[in-house]
Amino acid sequence: MESIGNYAYAGIWTLFGVAFVVLVLFFASLIRPQRPNPNKLKTYECGEFPFSSAQFQFNVKYYIFALIFVIFDVEVVFLFPWAVVYNSLGLFALIEMLVFLAILIFGLAYAWRKGALQWV
Amino acid sequence: MVLLDYIIMIAKVLVIFGGLMGMVAYMTLFERRMVAFIQTRKGPNRVGFEGLLQPIADAIKLLSKEDVTPVNANRIIFNLAPVLTFVPALLTIAVVPVADNVSLFGKEIRMVISDMNIGILFILAVASMGIYGVILGGWSANSKYPLLGGLRASAQMISYEVSLGLALVGLLMVAGTFSLTEIVEQQDSILKLGIVRQPLGFILFSIAVLAETNRIPFDLPEAEAELVGGYNTEYSGMKFAMFFMAEYAHIITTSMVVTTLYLGGWQGPILPPVIWFLIKVVFILFAFVWIRGTLPRFRYDQLMRFGWLVMLPLALLNIFVTGVILAI
Repeated sequence: MESIGNYAYAGIWTLFGVAFVVLVLFFASLIRPQRPNPNKLKTYECGEFPFSSAQFQFNVKYYIFALIFVIFDVEVVFLFPWAVVYNSLGLFALIEMLVFLAILIFGLAYAWRKGALQWV
Repeated sequence: MVLLDYIIMIAKVLVIFGGLMGMVAYMTLFERRMVAFIQTRKGPNRVGFEGLLQPIADAIKLLSKEDVTPVNANRIIFNLAPVLTFVPALLTIAVVPVADNVSLFGKEIRMVISDMNIGILFILAVASMGIYGVILGGWSANSKYPLLGGLRASAQMISYEVSLGLALVGLLMVAGTFSLTEIVEQQDSILKLGIVRQPLGFILFSIAVLAETNRIPFDLPEAEAELVGGYNTEYSGMKFAMFFMAEYAHIITTSMVVTTLYLGGWQGPILPPVIWFLIKVVFILFAFVWIRGTLPRFRYDQLMRFGWLVMLPLALLNIFVTGVILAI
Protein backbone atom coordinates (compact mmCIF):
# COMPACT_ATOMS: atom_id res chain seq x y z
CA MET A 1 0.00 0.00 0.00
CA GLU A 2 2.59 2.45 1.17
CA SER A 3 5.04 1.85 -1.66
CA ILE A 4 2.48 2.21 -4.48
CA GLY A 5 1.93 5.77 -3.27
CA ASN A 6 5.68 6.26 -3.38
CA TYR A 7 5.88 5.22 -7.01
CA ALA A 8 3.06 7.64 -7.76
CA TYR A 9 5.07 10.42 -6.10
CA ALA A 10 8.11 9.56 -8.22
CA GLY A 11 5.77 9.63 -11.23
CA ILE A 12 4.50 13.08 -10.29
CA TRP A 13 8.09 14.26 -9.97
CA THR A 14 8.85 12.87 -13.45
CA LEU A 15 5.82 14.59 -14.96
CA PHE A 16 6.89 17.79 -13.25
CA GLY A 17 10.33 17.53 -14.83
CA VAL A 18 8.92 16.84 -18.31
CA ALA A 19 6.44 19.70 -17.96
CA PHE A 20 9.25 22.03 -16.92
CA VAL A 21 11.36 21.19 -19.98
CA VAL A 22 8.42 21.49 -22.37
CA LEU A 23 7.30 24.79 -20.86
CA VAL A 24 10.76 26.32 -20.97
CA LEU A 25 11.32 25.24 -24.58
CA PHE A 26 7.87 26.57 -25.51
CA PHE A 27 8.55 29.89 -23.77
CA ALA A 28 11.90 30.15 -25.54
CA SER A 29 10.18 29.51 -28.90
CA LEU A 30 7.95 32.55 -28.24
CA ILE A 31 10.72 35.04 -27.61
CA ARG A 32 13.64 33.86 -29.70
CA PRO A 33 14.34 35.15 -33.21
CA GLN A 34 13.86 32.80 -36.18
CA ARG A 35 15.90 33.77 -39.24
CA PRO A 36 17.05 30.59 -40.98
CA ASN A 37 19.39 30.69 -43.93
CA PRO A 38 20.97 27.80 -45.85
CA ASN A 39 24.47 28.43 -44.57
CA LYS A 40 23.33 28.62 -40.99
CA LEU A 41 21.46 25.32 -41.24
CA LYS A 42 24.45 23.47 -42.67
CA THR A 43 26.12 20.79 -40.57
CA TYR A 44 29.09 22.15 -38.62
CA GLU A 45 32.41 20.86 -39.88
CA CYS A 46 34.92 23.53 -38.88
CA GLY A 47 33.91 25.80 -41.77
CA GLU A 48 34.52 23.21 -44.50
CA PHE A 49 31.70 22.04 -46.75
CA PRO A 50 30.28 18.97 -45.00
CA PHE A 51 30.69 15.74 -46.97
CA SER A 52 28.71 12.49 -46.64
CA SER A 53 26.30 11.59 -43.87
CA ALA A 54 27.66 11.28 -40.35
CA GLN A 55 25.57 8.21 -39.60
CA PHE A 56 28.25 5.86 -40.85
CA GLN A 57 29.62 2.60 -39.53
CA PHE A 58 31.62 3.07 -36.36
CA ASN A 59 34.40 1.14 -34.69
CA VAL A 60 33.36 -2.38 -33.66
CA LYS A 61 35.20 -1.85 -30.32
CA TYR A 62 32.17 0.05 -29.01
CA TYR A 63 30.02 -2.99 -29.71
CA ILE A 64 32.40 -5.36 -27.92
CA PHE A 65 32.40 -3.11 -24.86
CA ALA A 66 28.62 -3.04 -24.92
CA LEU A 67 28.55 -6.86 -24.93
CA ILE A 68 30.98 -7.12 -22.00
CA PHE A 69 28.93 -4.47 -20.20
CA VAL A 70 25.77 -6.56 -20.52
CA ILE A 71 27.49 -9.58 -18.95
CA PHE A 72 28.85 -7.64 -16.00
CA ASP A 73 25.73 -5.60 -15.45
CA VAL A 74 23.71 -8.79 -15.17
CA GLU A 75 26.29 -9.94 -12.64
CA VAL A 76 25.66 -6.78 -10.61
CA VAL A 77 21.93 -7.44 -10.74
CA PHE A 78 22.53 -10.92 -9.30
CA LEU A 79 24.76 -9.50 -6.57
CA PHE A 80 22.26 -6.93 -5.29
CA PRO A 81 19.67 -9.25 -3.70
CA TRP A 82 22.48 -11.37 -2.28
CA ALA A 83 24.15 -8.33 -0.74
CA VAL A 84 21.01 -7.04 0.96
CA VAL A 85 20.30 -10.30 2.83
CA TYR A 86 23.96 -11.22 3.28
CA ASN A 87 23.99 -10.70 7.05
CA SER A 88 21.37 -13.37 7.63
CA LEU A 89 22.88 -15.92 5.23
CA GLY A 90 26.30 -16.51 6.76
CA LEU A 91 29.40 -18.27 5.52
CA PHE A 92 27.74 -20.57 2.98
CA ALA A 93 26.40 -17.61 0.98
CA LEU A 94 29.88 -16.08 0.94
CA ILE A 95 31.48 -19.22 -0.48
CA GLU A 96 28.72 -19.60 -3.05
CA MET A 97 29.14 -16.03 -4.20
CA LEU A 98 32.92 -16.43 -4.33
CA VAL A 99 32.49 -19.30 -6.79
CA PHE A 100 30.20 -17.08 -8.88
CA LEU A 101 32.65 -14.17 -8.76
CA ALA A 102 35.60 -16.44 -9.57
CA ILE A 103 33.91 -17.57 -12.78
CA LEU A 104 33.27 -13.94 -13.75
CA ILE A 105 36.80 -12.84 -12.91
CA PHE A 106 38.02 -15.71 -15.07
CA GLY A 107 35.76 -14.34 -17.82
CA LEU A 108 37.22 -10.87 -17.38
CA ALA A 109 40.76 -12.27 -17.55
CA TYR A 110 39.80 -14.18 -20.71
CA ALA A 111 38.40 -11.04 -22.35
CA TRP A 112 41.58 -9.19 -21.39
CA ARG A 113 43.81 -11.97 -22.74
CA LYS A 114 41.88 -11.94 -26.02
CA GLY A 115 42.49 -8.21 -26.31
CA ALA A 116 38.82 -7.21 -26.01
CA LEU A 117 39.67 -4.66 -23.31
CA GLN A 118 42.54 -3.08 -25.23
CA TRP A 119 41.33 0.07 -26.92
CA VAL A 120 44.01 0.46 -29.57
CA MET B 1 -6.93 14.49 5.08
CA VAL B 2 -6.33 13.37 1.50
CA LEU B 3 -6.38 16.97 0.31
CA LEU B 4 -3.74 17.84 2.90
CA ASP B 5 -1.58 14.98 1.60
CA TYR B 6 -1.78 16.38 -1.90
CA ILE B 7 -0.91 19.89 -0.74
CA ILE B 8 2.09 18.59 1.21
CA MET B 9 3.17 16.56 -1.81
CA ILE B 10 2.96 19.51 -4.21
CA ALA B 11 4.76 21.73 -1.70
CA LYS B 12 7.59 19.20 -1.38
CA VAL B 13 7.95 18.91 -5.16
CA LEU B 14 7.97 22.69 -5.60
CA VAL B 15 10.48 23.32 -2.81
CA ILE B 16 12.88 20.61 -3.95
CA PHE B 17 12.55 21.56 -7.60
CA GLY B 18 13.10 25.24 -6.86
CA GLY B 19 16.05 24.45 -4.62
CA LEU B 20 17.60 22.19 -7.23
CA MET B 21 17.19 24.73 -10.03
CA GLY B 22 18.67 27.44 -7.83
CA MET B 23 21.61 25.18 -7.07
CA VAL B 24 22.04 24.38 -10.78
CA ALA B 25 22.12 28.09 -11.61
CA TYR B 26 24.57 28.99 -8.88
CA MET B 27 26.68 25.89 -9.40
CA THR B 28 27.68 27.34 -12.79
CA LEU B 29 28.79 30.57 -11.14
CA PHE B 30 30.47 28.72 -8.26
CA GLU B 31 32.39 26.55 -10.69
CA ARG B 32 33.51 29.43 -12.87
CA ARG B 33 34.64 31.51 -9.90
CA MET B 34 36.40 28.59 -8.18
CA VAL B 35 38.22 27.46 -11.33
CA ALA B 36 39.19 31.09 -11.90
CA PHE B 37 40.67 31.33 -8.40
CA ILE B 38 42.54 28.04 -8.89
CA GLN B 39 44.02 29.43 -12.11
CA THR B 40 44.67 32.85 -10.51
CA ARG B 41 42.10 34.63 -12.64
CA LYS B 42 39.14 36.70 -11.48
CA GLY B 43 36.25 34.90 -13.15
CA PRO B 44 32.87 36.51 -13.92
CA ASN B 45 32.47 39.37 -11.40
CA ARG B 46 30.77 42.16 -13.35
CA VAL B 47 27.05 41.26 -13.44
CA GLY B 48 25.71 42.23 -10.05
CA PHE B 49 27.73 42.13 -6.81
CA GLU B 50 30.71 39.79 -7.38
CA GLY B 51 28.92 38.29 -10.40
CA LEU B 52 25.93 37.07 -8.39
CA LEU B 53 23.50 37.91 -11.21
CA GLN B 54 25.60 36.12 -13.82
CA PRO B 55 23.42 32.94 -13.91
CA ILE B 56 20.32 35.09 -14.54
CA ALA B 57 22.05 36.95 -17.34
CA ASP B 58 23.10 33.60 -18.83
CA ALA B 59 19.53 32.31 -18.63
CA ILE B 60 18.13 35.37 -20.41
CA LYS B 61 20.82 35.13 -23.05
CA LEU B 62 20.15 31.45 -23.76
CA LEU B 63 16.37 31.95 -23.78
CA SER B 64 16.58 34.65 -26.43
CA LYS B 65 19.07 32.84 -28.70
CA GLU B 66 17.96 31.52 -32.07
CA ASP B 67 17.44 27.78 -32.16
CA VAL B 68 19.22 26.25 -35.16
CA THR B 69 18.37 22.72 -36.27
CA PRO B 70 20.71 21.48 -39.01
CA VAL B 71 18.87 20.44 -42.20
CA ASN B 72 20.34 16.95 -42.16
CA ALA B 73 19.34 16.28 -38.58
CA ASN B 74 16.73 13.73 -37.60
CA ARG B 75 14.31 16.32 -36.24
CA ILE B 76 12.15 14.27 -33.87
CA ILE B 77 15.04 12.59 -32.08
CA PHE B 78 17.03 15.82 -32.18
CA ASN B 79 14.27 17.60 -30.27
CA LEU B 80 13.63 14.69 -27.94
CA ALA B 81 17.24 14.22 -26.81
CA PRO B 82 17.44 17.28 -24.49
CA VAL B 83 14.32 16.09 -22.65
CA LEU B 84 15.73 12.56 -22.40
CA THR B 85 18.91 13.96 -20.88
CA PHE B 86 17.36 16.46 -18.51
CA VAL B 87 14.58 14.40 -16.94
CA PRO B 88 16.69 11.39 -15.79
CA ALA B 89 19.25 13.78 -14.31
CA LEU B 90 16.43 15.26 -12.25
CA LEU B 91 14.79 11.98 -11.23
CA THR B 92 17.46 10.68 -8.86
CA ILE B 93 16.71 13.30 -6.24
CA ALA B 94 13.18 11.92 -5.78
CA VAL B 95 14.42 9.19 -3.43
CA VAL B 96 17.06 11.22 -1.55
CA PRO B 97 15.96 12.24 1.97
CA VAL B 98 17.01 15.87 2.48
CA ALA B 99 16.15 16.09 6.18
CA ASP B 100 14.75 14.26 9.18
CA ASN B 101 10.99 13.72 9.48
CA VAL B 102 9.14 16.87 10.50
CA SER B 103 5.88 17.06 12.45
CA LEU B 104 3.49 19.57 10.97
CA PHE B 105 -0.34 19.84 11.29
CA GLY B 106 -0.15 16.78 13.56
CA LYS B 107 1.33 14.63 10.78
CA GLU B 108 4.73 13.07 10.31
CA ILE B 109 6.10 14.49 7.08
CA ARG B 110 8.97 12.65 5.46
CA MET B 111 11.39 15.08 3.85
CA VAL B 112 11.73 12.97 0.72
CA ILE B 113 9.54 12.95 -2.37
CA SER B 114 9.28 9.20 -2.69
CA ASP B 115 10.28 7.01 0.24
CA MET B 116 10.78 3.86 -1.86
CA ASN B 117 12.08 0.73 -0.21
CA ILE B 118 14.17 0.08 -3.34
CA GLY B 119 15.71 3.56 -3.53
CA ILE B 120 19.18 2.42 -4.61
CA LEU B 121 17.80 0.29 -7.45
CA PHE B 122 15.74 3.29 -8.56
CA ILE B 123 18.85 5.50 -8.61
CA LEU B 124 20.84 2.99 -10.66
CA ALA B 125 17.97 2.40 -13.08
CA VAL B 126 17.40 6.11 -13.63
CA ALA B 127 21.12 6.89 -13.88
CA SER B 128 21.41 4.49 -16.83
CA MET B 129 18.61 6.30 -18.65
CA GLY B 130 20.80 9.38 -19.08
CA ILE B 131 22.88 7.56 -21.71
CA TYR B 132 19.94 7.53 -24.14
CA GLY B 133 19.75 11.31 -24.37
CA VAL B 134 23.48 11.61 -24.96
CA ILE B 135 23.78 8.94 -27.64
CA LEU B 136 20.55 9.94 -29.41
CA GLY B 137 21.50 13.62 -29.31
CA GLY B 138 24.90 12.82 -30.76
CA TRP B 139 23.57 10.51 -33.46
CA SER B 140 20.52 12.48 -34.59
CA ALA B 141 22.44 15.67 -35.38
CA ASN B 142 24.01 13.84 -38.33
CA SER B 143 27.31 15.59 -37.78
CA LYS B 144 30.66 13.95 -37.14
CA TYR B 145 31.78 15.57 -33.91
CA PRO B 146 28.53 14.93 -32.03
CA LEU B 147 28.47 11.33 -33.23
CA LEU B 148 32.00 10.70 -31.94
CA GLY B 149 31.17 12.46 -28.68
CA GLY B 150 28.00 10.42 -28.24
CA LEU B 151 29.77 7.13 -28.93
CA ARG B 152 32.56 7.95 -26.52
CA ALA B 153 30.09 9.04 -23.88
CA SER B 154 28.03 5.87 -24.13
CA ALA B 155 31.05 3.54 -24.04
CA GLN B 156 32.47 5.43 -21.08
CA MET B 157 29.22 5.54 -19.16
CA ILE B 158 28.46 1.83 -19.55
CA SER B 159 32.04 0.94 -18.59
CA TYR B 160 31.91 2.87 -15.35
CA GLU B 161 28.36 1.92 -14.57
CA VAL B 162 29.51 -1.62 -13.80
CA SER B 163 31.98 -0.28 -11.23
CA LEU B 164 29.31 2.08 -9.90
CA GLY B 165 26.96 -0.82 -9.22
CA LEU B 166 29.67 -3.09 -7.80
CA ALA B 167 30.99 -0.36 -5.49
CA LEU B 168 27.51 -0.12 -4.01
CA VAL B 169 27.28 -3.86 -3.32
CA GLY B 170 29.71 -3.53 -0.40
CA LEU B 171 27.59 -0.80 1.15
CA LEU B 172 24.45 -2.86 0.66
CA MET B 173 26.07 -5.80 2.46
CA VAL B 174 26.81 -3.57 5.45
CA ALA B 175 23.48 -1.75 5.42
CA GLY B 176 21.21 -4.66 4.52
CA THR B 177 18.57 -2.45 2.89
CA PHE B 178 17.83 -0.68 -0.39
CA SER B 179 16.00 2.20 1.31
CA LEU B 180 17.94 5.47 1.43
CA THR B 181 15.94 6.65 4.43
CA GLU B 182 17.04 3.61 6.43
CA ILE B 183 20.64 3.92 5.23
CA VAL B 184 20.77 7.49 6.52
CA GLU B 185 19.17 6.51 9.82
CA GLN B 186 21.79 3.81 10.32
CA GLN B 187 24.67 6.29 10.01
CA ASP B 188 24.00 8.03 13.31
CA SER B 189 27.57 8.10 14.63
CA ILE B 190 30.99 8.76 13.12
CA LEU B 191 32.00 5.10 13.18
CA LYS B 192 28.82 4.07 11.38
CA LEU B 193 29.28 6.44 8.45
CA GLY B 194 29.41 4.78 5.05
CA ILE B 195 32.81 6.30 4.36
CA VAL B 196 34.25 4.72 7.52
CA ARG B 197 32.73 1.30 6.99
CA GLN B 198 33.36 1.26 3.23
CA PRO B 199 36.45 3.42 2.51
CA LEU B 200 37.40 1.63 -0.71
CA GLY B 201 33.76 1.55 -1.81
CA PHE B 202 33.53 5.30 -1.25
CA ILE B 203 36.61 6.00 -3.37
CA LEU B 204 35.46 3.70 -6.18
CA PHE B 205 31.94 5.12 -6.11
CA SER B 206 33.23 8.70 -6.26
CA ILE B 207 35.49 7.95 -9.23
CA ALA B 208 32.67 6.16 -11.03
CA VAL B 209 30.40 9.13 -10.34
CA LEU B 210 32.95 11.47 -11.91
CA ALA B 211 32.98 9.28 -15.00
CA GLU B 212 29.18 8.98 -15.10
CA THR B 213 28.73 12.73 -15.01
CA ASN B 214 31.38 13.20 -17.73
CA ARG B 215 33.52 15.43 -15.58
CA ILE B 216 37.25 16.04 -15.73
CA PRO B 217 39.35 13.85 -15.72
CA PHE B 218 36.73 11.77 -17.54
CA ASP B 219 35.32 14.48 -19.82
CA LEU B 220 36.32 12.72 -23.05
CA PRO B 221 32.81 13.03 -24.55
CA GLU B 222 33.17 16.80 -24.67
CA ALA B 223 36.92 17.12 -25.04
CA GLU B 224 36.79 20.60 -26.53
CA ALA B 225 40.30 20.40 -27.98
CA GLU B 226 39.39 17.54 -30.31
CA LEU B 227 35.60 17.27 -30.53
CA VAL B 228 34.49 20.93 -30.56
CA GLY B 229 31.70 20.43 -27.99
CA GLY B 230 31.03 16.71 -28.05
CA TYR B 231 27.51 15.38 -28.39
CA ASN B 232 25.89 18.82 -28.07
CA THR B 233 27.92 20.55 -30.81
CA GLU B 234 24.95 21.10 -33.14
CA TYR B 235 22.60 22.30 -30.40
CA SER B 236 21.96 25.95 -29.78
CA GLY B 237 19.76 28.20 -27.68
CA MET B 238 17.59 26.65 -25.01
CA LYS B 239 18.14 23.07 -26.17
CA PHE B 240 21.84 23.52 -25.61
CA ALA B 241 21.02 24.99 -22.23
CA MET B 242 19.00 21.86 -21.42
CA PHE B 243 22.09 19.69 -21.91
CA PHE B 244 24.07 22.09 -19.78
CA MET B 245 21.47 22.17 -17.03
CA ALA B 246 21.19 18.38 -17.20
CA GLU B 247 24.91 18.07 -16.64
CA TYR B 248 24.85 20.33 -13.59
CA ALA B 249 21.65 18.79 -12.24
CA HIS B 250 23.34 15.41 -12.62
CA ILE B 251 26.39 16.62 -10.70
CA ILE B 252 24.23 17.98 -7.88
CA THR B 253 21.97 14.94 -7.62
CA THR B 254 24.91 12.55 -7.59
CA SER B 255 26.56 14.68 -4.89
CA MET B 256 23.39 14.24 -2.89
CA VAL B 257 23.49 10.49 -3.46
CA VAL B 258 27.13 10.29 -2.33
CA THR B 259 26.25 12.38 0.72
CA THR B 260 23.32 10.15 1.55
CA LEU B 261 25.08 6.84 1.06
CA TYR B 262 28.55 7.55 2.43
CA LEU B 263 28.56 10.77 4.45
CA GLY B 264 25.50 10.24 6.60
CA GLY B 265 23.03 12.45 4.73
CA TRP B 266 21.32 14.89 7.08
CA GLN B 267 22.85 13.38 10.23
CA GLY B 268 24.95 15.79 12.28
CA PRO B 269 25.15 17.50 15.66
CA ILE B 270 23.71 20.88 16.74
CA LEU B 271 22.77 22.37 13.34
CA PRO B 272 19.41 21.51 11.73
CA PRO B 273 19.41 18.44 9.42
CA VAL B 274 18.83 20.39 6.18
CA ILE B 275 21.85 22.59 6.89
CA TRP B 276 24.04 19.55 7.51
CA PHE B 277 22.81 17.98 4.30
CA LEU B 278 23.59 21.12 2.31
CA ILE B 279 27.02 21.55 3.93
CA LYS B 280 27.99 18.03 2.91
CA VAL B 281 26.57 18.43 -0.61
CA VAL B 282 28.38 21.73 -1.14
CA PHE B 283 31.61 20.16 0.08
CA ILE B 284 31.30 17.41 -2.54
CA LEU B 285 30.44 19.98 -5.22
CA PHE B 286 33.58 21.86 -4.19
CA ALA B 287 35.54 18.62 -4.60
CA PHE B 288 34.11 18.27 -8.12
CA VAL B 289 35.34 21.76 -9.02
CA TRP B 290 38.65 21.22 -7.23
CA ILE B 291 39.29 18.06 -9.26
CA ARG B 292 38.37 19.92 -12.42
CA GLY B 293 40.86 22.66 -11.63
CA THR B 294 43.64 20.22 -10.76
CA LEU B 295 43.67 17.17 -13.00
CA PRO B 296 44.38 16.80 -16.73
CA ARG B 297 42.19 14.70 -19.01
CA PHE B 298 42.63 10.95 -19.54
CA ARG B 299 43.46 9.53 -22.92
CA TYR B 300 40.65 7.30 -24.20
CA ASP B 301 42.52 3.99 -24.02
CA GLN B 302 43.73 4.90 -20.51
CA LEU B 303 40.16 5.64 -19.52
CA MET B 304 38.84 2.29 -20.72
CA ARG B 305 41.77 0.35 -19.26
CA PHE B 306 41.34 2.09 -15.92
CA GLY B 307 37.62 1.33 -15.89
CA TRP B 308 37.87 -2.35 -16.70
CA LEU B 309 41.22 -3.42 -15.29
CA VAL B 310 41.52 -1.25 -12.16
CA MET B 311 38.05 -0.16 -11.06
CA LEU B 312 36.28 -3.46 -11.73
CA PRO B 313 38.80 -5.78 -9.98
CA LEU B 314 39.05 -3.37 -7.04
CA ALA B 315 35.26 -3.28 -6.73
CA LEU B 316 35.18 -7.10 -6.69
CA LEU B 317 37.97 -7.09 -4.10
CA ASN B 318 35.91 -4.70 -2.00
CA ILE B 319 32.96 -7.11 -2.08
CA PHE B 320 35.23 -10.00 -1.12
CA VAL B 321 36.87 -8.15 1.79
CA THR B 322 33.53 -6.85 3.06
CA GLY B 323 32.08 -10.34 2.86
CA VAL B 324 34.96 -11.89 4.82
CA ILE B 325 34.89 -9.16 7.49
CA LEU B 326 31.14 -9.50 7.94
CA ALA B 327 31.36 -13.30 8.09
CA ILE B 328 33.96 -13.31 10.88
